[in-house]
Amino acid sequence: MEFGPHLLLATLEGAVGAAVLALTALGLSLVFGVMRVVNVAHGEFYMLGAVVAWFVASAMSAHPAFGFMAAVLIAPAMAGLVAILADRLVLKRLHYDPEATIVATIGILYIMQQTALMTFGPEARPVAPPFNTRIPLPWLEYGENGFNLFYPWGLSTTSYKLFVIAAAAVILVSFALFLSRSRFGLIMRATQLDRETALTFGIPVERVYSLVFGLGAALAAFAAVLIVPIQQAHYLMGADPLLLSFIVVIIGGLGSLRGTVVAALLIGMSDGIISVFFSPTLAKILATLLVALVLVFRPQGLYGKKRA
Amino acid sequence: MERGPNQMLPTGRVEMTQKLITSRRSLLKGAAAGGLLTASPLVSRFASAQSSAPIKIGFQQHSTGIGAAYGRWYGRTTDAATKAINDAGGINGRPVEIIAEDDGTDPKRGAEVVEKFANQHGADVAFGTLFSHVVYGSAPAAGEQKIPYFVVSEGHHVASGKLNRYTLQPGITDVKSQVQAMAPYVSENLGKKVTMIFPDFAFGHDHRDFFTAAIAAQGGEVLEHIAIPPTETSFTKYFPKIPRDTEVLYHVMVGPAVLTFVKELGEFFGPSSPEIFGFIDSLEAVDLGSPGLEFLEGTYFWEGNPRYAQPDQTSFDRNFRAAVGVDDNGASVSDPSDVSTYSHMFGCWETLHVIKAGMEAADYQGPQDRQKLIEAVEAMSDMAESDAHPQGPKVFNGKTHQVFGRQYISRVENGKLTRVHSTSVEDTLYPDEVDYTTMAF
Amino acid sequence: MSPSARSFLLHLGVIAGLFVLCFTLSDYHQGNLARIMVLATYAIGYNVLFGYTGLLSLGHAMFFAAGMYGLGLAMQYGGMSPVPAFAVGILTAAVLSVVVGVLALRTIGVAFMIVTLMFAQSVFLIILYFGTWTRGDEGFVIPQAARQVLGMDLTDPLIRYLAALLLFSSALLITARMMQVRFGRVLIAVRENEERTQMLGYDVFRHKFLAVLISGSISGAAGAAYGLLFGYVGATFASVQYSIFPLLWVLLGGAGTTIGPLVGAVFMFYLIDYSSGFTNAYMLIAGLALVLLVLFARAGIMGEVRRRWAPWLP
Repeated sequence: MEFGPHLLLATLEGAVGAAVLALTALGLSLVFGVMRVVNVAHGEFYMLGAVVAWFVASAMSAHPAFGFMAAVLIAPAMAGLVAILADRLVLKRLHYDPEATIVATIGILYIMQQTALMTFGPEARPVAPPFNTRIPLPWLEYGENGFNLFYPWGLSTTSYKLFVIAAAAVILVSFALFLSRSRFGLIMRATQLDRETALTFGIPVERVYSLVFGLGAALAAFAAVLIVPIQQAHYLMGADPLLLSFIVVIIGGLGSLRGTVVAALLIGMSDGIISVFFSPTLAKILATLLVALVLVFRPQGLYGKKRA
Repeated sequence: MERGPNQMLPTGRVEMTQKLITSRRSLLKGAAAGGLLTASPLVSRFASAQSSAPIKIGFQQHSTGIGAAYGRWYGRTTDAATKAINDAGGINGRPVEIIAEDDGTDPKRGAEVVEKFANQHGADVAFGTLFSHVVYGSAPAAGEQKIPYFVVSEGHHVASGKLNRYTLQPGITDVKSQVQAMAPYVSENLGKKVTMIFPDFAFGHDHRDFFTAAIAAQGGEVLEHIAIPPTETSFTKYFPKIPRDTEVLYHVMVGPAVLTFVKELGEFFGPSSPEIFGFIDSLEAVDLGSPGLEFLEGTYFWEGNPRYAQPDQTSFDRNFRAAVGVDDNGASVSDPSDVSTYSHMFGCWETLHVIKAGMEAADYQGPQDRQKLIEAVEAMSDMAESDAHPQGPKVFNGKTHQVFGRQYISRVENGKLTRVHSTSVEDTLYPDEVDYTTMAF
Repeated sequence: MSPSARSFLLHLGVIAGLFVLCFTLSDYHQGNLARIMVLATYAIGYNVLFGYTGLLSLGHAMFFAAGMYGLGLAMQYGGMSPVPAFAVGILTAAVLSVVVGVLALRTIGVAFMIVTLMFAQSVFLIILYFGTWTRGDEGFVIPQAARQVLGMDLTDPLIRYLAALLLFSSALLITARMMQVRFGRVLIAVRENEERTQMLGYDVFRHKFLAVLISGSISGAAGAAYGLLFGYVGATFASVQYSIFPLLWVLLGGAGTTIGPLVGAVFMFYLIDYSSGFTNAYMLIAGLALVLLVLFARAGIMGEVRRRWAPWLP
């Protein structure tokens, strides 16, 4: 494939990855920012979303769109409830101590993975997309007769992939509005800024924590429902989004939601675009090192405040 | 000595139907093993043996980790083979007991499990590993513990000479022979200009190296090698590297993302694709009717053992399916959406029958006879297609500890795999790379 | 008795106990314990950085793998005998520690976690990328015949056990001594309050850098020993999972205690080994155990012992 079309294709693919990553990382960033908790089980809530989506979709025999719609509603709710339960039963009792929560969430990770293996099984299972049309994309080329439009071999996307990008964008924007305009958003931001002061102002910090933890998990689960018609549900699928979300949250700058979204775009897109120029594994190595070096030379992340 | 297939399955005692598949867990639940055996009518059944204590086979199973989908079917096949062997009188008149231990599809745990079989469970042999890195990780432990280790992995590790005299692969062919046997059909029927897509780790590199050499020998060439990092979950961005003049696209993928890979391949090409030839590894345990796989219609697959029952199905394949509980579409009889790993799991069945034949040839009594067992297996050569070898006839090479057998090429027609070509066993042979029989025990 | 005499006796007792055990344990547990001691050495290396210096790395598998591949490649392609190959393994890990230390120590806290994670991920991918030599994920076997030192067969269970014990006791005594001298006390000061340590005139960066170097080298020694004693070298040991393990062992056993790494490794090994005996869902049990432990024994096993009964515990 020629360079131009290849780059366009890689960019489109990168955008799909970035969209899903932004949602997942947003969930982690929220938990990280407000609760100062490193949730190692975040990827498992993502997995839970995909697995529930499969159960819901396969229980509905009607058109795939109905199954998908139901999954969009049910899977994030389920993941949120499980997360709230985990918060109440475990994290709260640990008083959100950083080291203890790492061990506890590793434990929760094992529990969730094994439960998924026993109920859902070891196979990768697909969920039918609500709609999926292959859309060949045109390309402009300057020839003897000036510009002419043609359809390069392989340059295409699908309607569902475009939908994923749009859906993620809508959620991100509404979430930003929710944070800045709603009362709960205000409370969350207050808790994030200063836990003690929030307490003295009568904010039920523990309830806020529970809800934030649930909301973070629900965002991950929602991202998984979006991706599961493209990639399949599998009980080990949580590792990758966990690592990537972590990177995104740190690169973006701790606690900066805007940074998280920008970093997700950057990392999602660069992964696709670097692959145009190098052999695949080499591209992965370079992309990984690039992330590390960004942090080495800008430890506070892109949007973080420099520590005094 | 050589043993024909008729000697492998003792006839006569087939009226016995009660199954004796004791896992360690079921034993723990009930009374002690000895009590259980003496209390049951089994004791008379196995009375002809000098000892009626069970022959213990340690089964290294991928119950968790990345290999779990395979591990489950390896477990079902192993249970079925054990039942068949016990129903036919066991080994040397003794019942077979499978001791399953999960290795987590991890080479470190794999080695620990092999030591556990040898030292804790008192197993006679170890068996069953699929993933190559677990084989590599465990083989040193088998050599040190001096416990025969029968792998069912299709890796080239055994025949390459990198392991030891205690490691054998008598029930499934290796990737080198599989790959090289495909080249003649691909170059004659599909095209000579090939692009290969494979995972960027050892299993993929074996495909790259062996197929590239084999297709060159047929007068073809590989235009491009596209190695996909194993951590990858989306693939479309790599497909533009496929050269336009590719006539055949050769793909092999493993792991949970395989379905995404195949789907995205279809979406990439749309209506104008080259011929596509893949290894069924890309779709083991995956339903061909899954959404997004429609484009596979008309493409070709290597199969180790045809997943869909063919019109000329042998009685051996029919019996094998019935015993394991697999229907004519290669799925579980109890759940049609539970698709088996049909191209690999027969290896467990055949390996257990080879162990039985070997133990009977060596008059195996206990761990002191392990070396005799290995020598007896090394002495095997022809294995005829039979109930013990339902996949097809095989030739075992005692020097390289590797079995050779037929390979199949199938085409997707009406959403099912229809076999279009069977290689001969000779197509799969290559010069020996090692002679284990000269190595010390 | 002075605390340092007590701790000396404790370490001597642990080593003597392990020595006696090798003659009394069954073959199976002897084999297990040999493995556990090598892994505990890895955890001791991790503990230097995490438990004492307070730097949480999520990428220590790269040091373990560097030691392992340094030894393995030197033996496989350099035709070296085990002792110099072992030195190559440690050296490889040490060089990697220097590089990682210089770069990663520019960051702190979660950024340090991510940078180490990313470096480890790169090392993992590099091992795969050079699959022609490393054999990637599949790895390679170091033949039994090559695993001989001074006429001793390292594949013999007893000799292997003693070799593992030698490695473990060296790491234990070196780190225990280190924590008694000023260098170690500065590390703890860095953990407790970095700014104040700086203000007191200590070169914090130099101390942290040396901690990375020591921690990485001990982890590398463990990796090299694993390859040598158990005959296998593979990329799995560079994967994220193997970076999480030492963190778990140390937290379980008690971060910042000298014998915590051993206790944690033993506990985790036998928890999985035992529970896998009656259920395939042993990860569920391991997960529950982790949650319960952290709920009811936050400081880890030895940390709780120290808090409740033996405040002198090193």
